[in-house]
Amino acid sequence: MRLDRLPISVLRTRYVPGGWDLLAFVLVFAFFVYAAQAARGLAGSLAHLEAVPISLAPSALVGYSARTALRMLIAMSASLVFTFTYATLAAKSRRAEVLLVPLLDFLQSVPILSFSITLLFFLQLTPGRVAGAEMAAIFLIFTSQAWNMAFSFYHSLRSIPDELIEAARNFRLSPWMRFWRLEVPFAMPALIWNMMLSMSGGWFFLTVSEAINVGHTTVTLPGVGSYIALAIEQKDLAAIGWAIGAMFVVILVFDQLLFRPLTASADWFRLDQEVGLTPSHSWALTMMRRSHFLGLLARAFAALLRAGMRPGATAPAALERRASVWDAGWVDYAWYALLALIGLVALSKTAGFVLGEVRPAEIGQVVILGLITLLRVAVLIALASLIWVPIGVWIGLRPRVASIAQPIAQFLAAFPANLLFPIVISAIVLHKLDPDIWLSPLIILGTQWYILFNVIVGASALAPDLRYAAENLGVHGWLWWRRVALPSVFPFFVTGAITASGGSWNASIVAEVVSWGQQKLTAHGLGAYIAEATIQGDFQRSVLGTVVLSLFVVTLNRVFWRPLYARAERKFRIA
Amino acid sequence: MNATAAALNLAPLLDVRGVSKSFRKADGDALVVLEDVNLTLRPGEIVGFLGRSGCGKSTLLRLIAGLDDPSRGVINYLGRPVGGAAAGMAMVFQSFALFPWLTVLENVQLGLEALGMPEPEMRRRALQAIDLIGLDGFESAYPRELSGGMRQRVGFARALVVHPNILLMDEPFSALDVLTAETLRNDFLNLWGEGQLPIKAVILVTHNIEEAVEMCDRLLIFSTHPARVMGEIAVDLPQPRHPDDPRFRALVDRVYVEMTAKPRGERVGPKSERFPGTGIGTTLTHVSSNVLAGLMEAVAGPPYNGKADLPAIAQELRMEVDDLFPAAEALQLLRFAEVEGGDIRLTEAGLQFTREDTDDRKKLFARHLITYVPLAAHVRRVLDERASHTAPKSRFFDELEDYMAEEGAEQTLRTIISWGRYGEVFAYDDHRQCFTLENPT
Repeated sequence: MRLDRLPISVLRTRYVPGGWDLLAFVLVFAFFVYAAQAARGLAGSLAHLEAVPISLAPSALVGYSARTALRMLIAMSASLVFTFTYATLAAKSRRAEVLLVPLLDFLQSVPILSFSITLLFFLQLTPGRVAGAEMAAIFLIFTSQAWNMAFSFYHSLRSIPDELIEAARNFRLSPWMRFWRLEVPFAMPALIWNMMLSMSGGWFFLTVSEAINVGHTTVTLPGVGSYIALAIEQKDLAAIGWAIGAMFVVILVFDQLLFRPLTASADWFRLDQEVGLTPSHSWALTMMRRSHFLGLLARAFAALLRAGMRPGATAPAALERRASVWDAGWVDYAWYALLALIGLVALSKTAGFVLGEVRPAEIGQVVILGLITLLRVAVLIALASLIWVPIGVWIGLRPRVASIAQPIAQFLAAFPANLLFPIVISAIVLHKLDPDIWLSPLIILGTQWYILFNVIVGASALAPDLRYAAENLGVHGWLWWRRVALPSVFPFFVTGAITASGGSWNASIVAEVVSWGQQKLTAHGLGAYIAEATIQGDFQRSVLGTVVLSLFVVTLNRVFWRPLYARAERKFRIA
Repeated sequence: MNATAAALNLAPLLDVRGVSKSFRKADGDALVVLEDVNLTLRPGEIVGFLGRSGCGKSTLLRLIAGLDDPSRGVINYLGRPVGGAAAGMAMVFQSFALFPWLTVLENVQLGLEALGMPEPEMRRRALQAIDLIGLDGFESAYPRELSGGMRQRVGFARALVVHPNILLMDEPFSALDVLTAETLRNDFLNLWGEGQLPIKAVILVTHNIEEAVEMCDRLLIFSTHPARVMGEIAVDLPQPRHPDDPRFRALVDRVYVEMTAKPRGERVGPKSERFPGTGIGTTLTHVSSNVLAGLMEAVAGPPYNGKADLPAIAQELRMEVDDLFPAAEALQLLRFAEVEGGDIRLTEAGLQFTREDTDDRKKLFARHLITYVPLAAHVRRVLDERASHTAPKSRFFDELEDYMAEEGAEQTLRTIISWGRYGEVFAYDDHRQCFTLENPT
């Protein structure tokens, strides 16, 4: 039993690489080749980048997809590192928590376009090199991925069952070991789900991240996002089609090689057997488990982790004892005073910056624009709910349909709004429609699926006994919806609607300004305001718009969604 | 092994002196959950902490393990004060507390990994523990693939593998079915008796009287609110012990008598309620009216005819102490029964209750509820006085919080709502969180 640490070729006299090994071998090395190719451009100069324009030839898409995928992976890794540090600090330190959690709430509400102001900063880091622009793009993708992951991790850390924490303490696990043995595995299922959402978010804003346009500075990095941007500019419908195809392939590859194995293995991490939609089968996971080659890699990684656990293990139990000076009340007051001071300085800086350019009256106008966008979001969430709740219930009650519908909805959630611009614009121009109304559906294009996802999960979790009881009592039609279906999916629906609402606010920046070639349609709204200001390099207005938008989102969350969520939890969950 | 004789000559493993624990309530007052506990644990002993759930005995166990600090008093382990989670004391949890993402082997190795033990040695010791506890063949299984009994075996193996001096067991058998629990107890006692376990002493927290008598050499009996040691009973029966043995029964009876003895000063006697406004602060434990009726019927019926031995009735109704005692006390509070000296005796009203039909039962219950439970009378009075005949729950909650912790107040209100509904004394609207006088018609 202890022999399996020896190399395989020594261990088995008749070792023949199996089919799974061969597949694993090919895939691993293909990945390295692919990554090396995609990374080659990094060292080049910006001038070179400008000299080689984006090509709309379908064959160019192979390389573009590689680079986009690599960017997304790097951004995802950065998001994970951010998640593990930021959320851990927020969950473990009472004092950090008061700052970090609300900060995360605001960061999540800031539209990705507002972060593109950072482009100039990144360009200055590596003057004349592509690396700076790449960093900017990766940072932008990161900002569309990181926040919800960090929040989910924080939430998980706070809900670890007491007895598991006590067991970890009783067996004197070091903090490092506790992190990898208890905290990360416990948080895994929720984190993976959020990683999938984040990936979709990254795709949705891909054009914004790769074709960055701030004032007079424009950077177009080779990738699927820039390809789409160019196709829109040149009104090339065929290229749009190719881009959709390439995106589909990359999403499929991510799904098969990354998310499916992850969700399948996350089943191991679950405390209880929840009814859900998680596909518990994955060929890639089977490959990883069966392949000795990947097994060796995994074991090396585990050994590395364990080596990291050792030094902590010898640390005395005194680690548990809190330094008493830091517990004193006056430290709390000093800390809160410091935070208040920083807050005041930041407030006066921002106000001074914005008011230097913007008349106070304009702030009122921006708030009105915010109200218009609010109306748009509210109406569309309501409409989407009317459509998707019944459909979600129908799907959720049929497990076979649900297993097909889930990946499709996931792909649709990743579908960038820009890809629909040609259709929307030609329809609006052709029928002389009002852009203020008819651009609105774009706002919910990517986010309505969260309502569908959650309702499907809720309906499939409906206890069979309740269904049988309803059937037995002859509850049908509207009464069935009112008494059985709707109450049981309500908490799930609220969760989905919260995600959809937050996402729709962010989507307003790509949904309220739409272009196709030289044609450009603009709807009145806060999203359009921010988009225009950012593209013109008008930082003051960009910041003002962003602040107002954040305030809208956070206020809405606090006064509307949070009470609704609490109520749904209390009233409809079966204990 | 003559455990008690040997124990007297050895230096104590653990010495608990004057330990108290209190928590701060929301309004800043301290709530005492554990008061002035003393205990000396010597090698070779199994000591049981016996009391109802929520009485603070688990808190004491966590203080001993160093998972929490006492508010007053000292805990010395091997002559040195416990500070932080101590090496040498390993815990077995009621809910098993296994890491679901680790296999049986990995779970068992966890404590050794934390010690930084080299892998071959770790593997050897883990497999040995797995062997000992009867888990061979399950090394690579995940906890969710195992039955409750097998899961708790993993819990035992995980604790034993670190070779602790003291094994701390927090209700380890109470999440298991009767048969499984019995098997696991026997296996444990056999290994202990043969000296095969790498431990020196055991503390067992339980609310199961028979389990305590079967396993322990010495029992500490705890009162509730706050937990104090009410009495100590030495169990000097030889192992293996049989529940049918008359000496075993006698001991069980003795424990029941101890546990139903009236603790000093805190019982709500008949006198306190004569004065309006007092007695509201009694924490009520929720017992369903079905259980109350069932218990009364059982005691009224043959062979008891109105007076029953608590252990006997517990066995017949298959009720654990945790269910039986609150029910008996609720009946006592409502003046349907008297509990003393390990016996329960129905009052005239209690006997009458068992003879009535549903409607008259409700009326009788309502009368007793209003007369003998001050909180019920108080709620009814407030509702009567108000023009709207409604009153928010929070009003009473705030009042109760002057006397008890949030949890206790919540539980007390839940009880009064349930009893009030049964007796149709008042109604409660959960949607609006308020008491009313109107029942839906």
